Amino acid sequence: MITECPVTRPEGERVLLGHGAGGRLTAELLEGTVLPAFGGRAGPLEDAALLPGSGDLVMTTDGFVVSPLFFPGGDIGSLAIHGTVNDLAMRGAEPLALSVALIVEEGLELGLLEAVLRSLGEAARGVGVPVITGDTKVVGRGAADRLFITTTGIGRRLPGLSPSAAGARPGDAVLLSGPIGLHGTAVLSTREGLGFEADIASDTRPLHRLVAALAPLGDRLRVLRDPTRGGLAAALNEVARDSGVVIDVDERAVPVPPPVAAACDLLGLDPLHVANEGCMTVFVAPDAADAALAALRSLPEGTGAVRVGDVLPADGHPGRVVLRTAVGARRVIDMPLGEQLPRIC
Amino acid sequence: MKYLDEYRDPELARRLLDELHRTATRPWRLMEVCGGQTHTLVRQGIDELLPAGMRMIHGPGCPVCVTPLETLDRAMAIAARPGVILTSFGDMLRVPGSDTDLLALRARGADVRVVYTPMDAVRLAEEHPGRDVVFLAVGFETTAPANAMAVLHASRLGLRNFSVLVSHVLVPPAMTALLDSPECGVEAFLAAGHVCAVMGWTEYEPIVARHRVPVVVTGFEPLDLLEGILMATRQLEEGRAEVENQYARAVRRGGNGAARAAVARVFQVTDRSWRGIGDLPRSGLELRPEFAAFDAARRFDVDRLRPAEHPECVAGGILTGALLPTDCTAYGTRCTPRHPLGAPMVSAEGTCAAFHAAGRVAAGVTGVVGVGEGNGS
Repeated sequence: MITECPVTRPEGERVLLGHGAGGRLTAELLEGTVLPAFGGRAGPLEDAALLPGSGDLVMTTDGFVVSPLFFPGGDIGSLAIHGTVNDLAMRGAEPLALSVALIVEEGLELGLLEAVLRSLGEAARGVGVPVITGDTKVVGRGAADRLFITTTGIGRRLPGLSPSAAGARPGDAVLLSGPIGLHGTAVLSTREGLGFEADIASDTRPLHRLVAALAPLGDRLRVLRDPTRGGLAAALNEVARDSGVVIDVDERAVPVPPPVAAACDLLGLDPLHVANEGCMTVFVAPDAADAALAALRSLPEGTGAVRVGDVLPADGHPGRVVLRTAVGARRVIDMPLGEQLPRIC
Repeated sequence: MKYLDEYRDPELARRLLDELHRTATRPWRLMEVCGGQTHTLVRQGIDELLPAGMRMIHGPGCPVCVTPLETLDRAMAIAARPGVILTSFGDMLRVPGSDTDLLALRARGADVRVVYTPMDAVRLAEEHPGRDVVFLAVGFETTAPANAMAVLHASRLGLRNFSVLVSHVLVPPAMTALLDSPECGVEAFLAAGHVCAVMGWTEYEPIVARHRVPVVVTGFEPLDLLEGILMATRQLEEGRAEVENQYARAVRRGGNGAARAAVARVFQVTDRSWRGIGDLPRSGLELRPEFAAFDAARRFDVDRLRPAEHPECVAGGILTGALLPTDCTAYGTRCTPRHPLGAPMVSAEGTCAAFHAAGRVAAGVTGVVGVGEGNGS
């Protein structure tokens, strides 16, 4: 029963594209509109949730609306598997099973759909997780952008692991499993025909093997977060907020591939705000940093792992992320706002 | 990284800073004209590492910020028309007009698209012969050549469904207006390297001679800015006032002849109103009469709009360097990147947005941040 008058919002307030960009606008939409509808609970927003009353079972769901459907380094099919597997992995879980729902726009070439699904199937087999259920809907032309995929995943946490966005503690080392900015710039370049495609490929890939390699660290593994929408800046801000700490990052240690740096420079984008699909931030106890780096570097997807910073006490400023700049000053890395808008010149 | 790392080397930065600290004997006040340079200064925290008392005054060089409100209102009035595709560079889309912005208009159904070059807009016009494609052509001398080329190309193609809403502004008249102001505290300028790459620096020579103010043509990387600041400081310390070129890898005295020719063919100098600053004579570019068919303001008859600026916005003070963003009572509270009251809070190149992104808060407010470590010299 509605107990309050359902007053409409003031004229002009509508959902903007930026509400889906993973930054401050997304957080506002979740906290102000989405979560209250479900009786919004307190606590950190994790990549995946523990299934109530089911021990170590973890569940996540994710929508994929990437355009174009194929981009250098991947496609929406493999992305749908990797993204969901990674959400499970970020809670320390190995994937058990997936469901896939397709929303197909009338007119999509059947060959293209087959190619996407072939890639999706190959990616699932590559991870070793079965797609056990799903749904397929077709909507009229104009009601969707060719193909949307929603993937749900169930996983089981590896023994001894319970990483959480709220788990960072002062003294922890902040690691990054590989270079940043590849996925976002690859997709943007392909979609807009910017000509960087030859140099940049998406980093889309599953991260569950890296997480398995970190399993021996047990509870010294504090936080896992894959910096997807909103980029590294959003991921670090979320961890700093949910853990109530300050995160201190050395700009020179953050690996930005030269073509990504060049593309971002030209477009006026910040690589820290650009989406990734194949790297993760790892927060570990200080005495576990070397072991964690060695474990990450032992696998092909983690050869570029580096330590990028440290967790500091809140010191009156919980939730702050600070960057030590190349010239030796410090600045705050803020949560990105919404859409990344290329600058004028 | 090749071509970029060389200009971000921390050891070289430290040496330049040490040299600057040894050179500066007075608290000089330098203005970087360009918003891109403001962004680098604040993003790298360079302005916090300068010798005690030395101050960078952030100038009016953010093209998004100085685009007059009436131009934005015209763009939105045009975008709201059926059959129109309104195009512009990305950071124009969030600038507040009198009532709304282009992103919000897009959410209501207007066809507003980001383009990366004005030629993209011409291509859109070719692809959609039944639609009116309008390009919102703003910016300094830097973007004018490409916009001129787009008009020339559309003219060659005989496109009747392509037009431009032009609001170009010119740097030298703005510098002159600042220097003529009795409140002006600027003792030297860093001129924008990309503007000079197009126009050269001959226009600065009479300004330097008349006002005895050093001008250093400067690039955009951290080391460019540190070197430009050092060169300007040396001039001030030695009592010299010259145009010097820090950005020699990209800028020649005469600029780019072909680009200048394209601009001269399509545009003519006109009086222009700058948002937050006001009317500056002969400070803008408009289409020449022979290209009037491509003038969107004329085609859509939006000349009579009466804009209303938010009363609380002090953009004029910010853009002339009279105020810092942190001096504004609305900064960070009622005016944020989420809800900007004025243009300097919108673009990444806007001084208020650059300050906000770097976490700077007003003095006296808990949590002053973005403070550099200083170099101890």
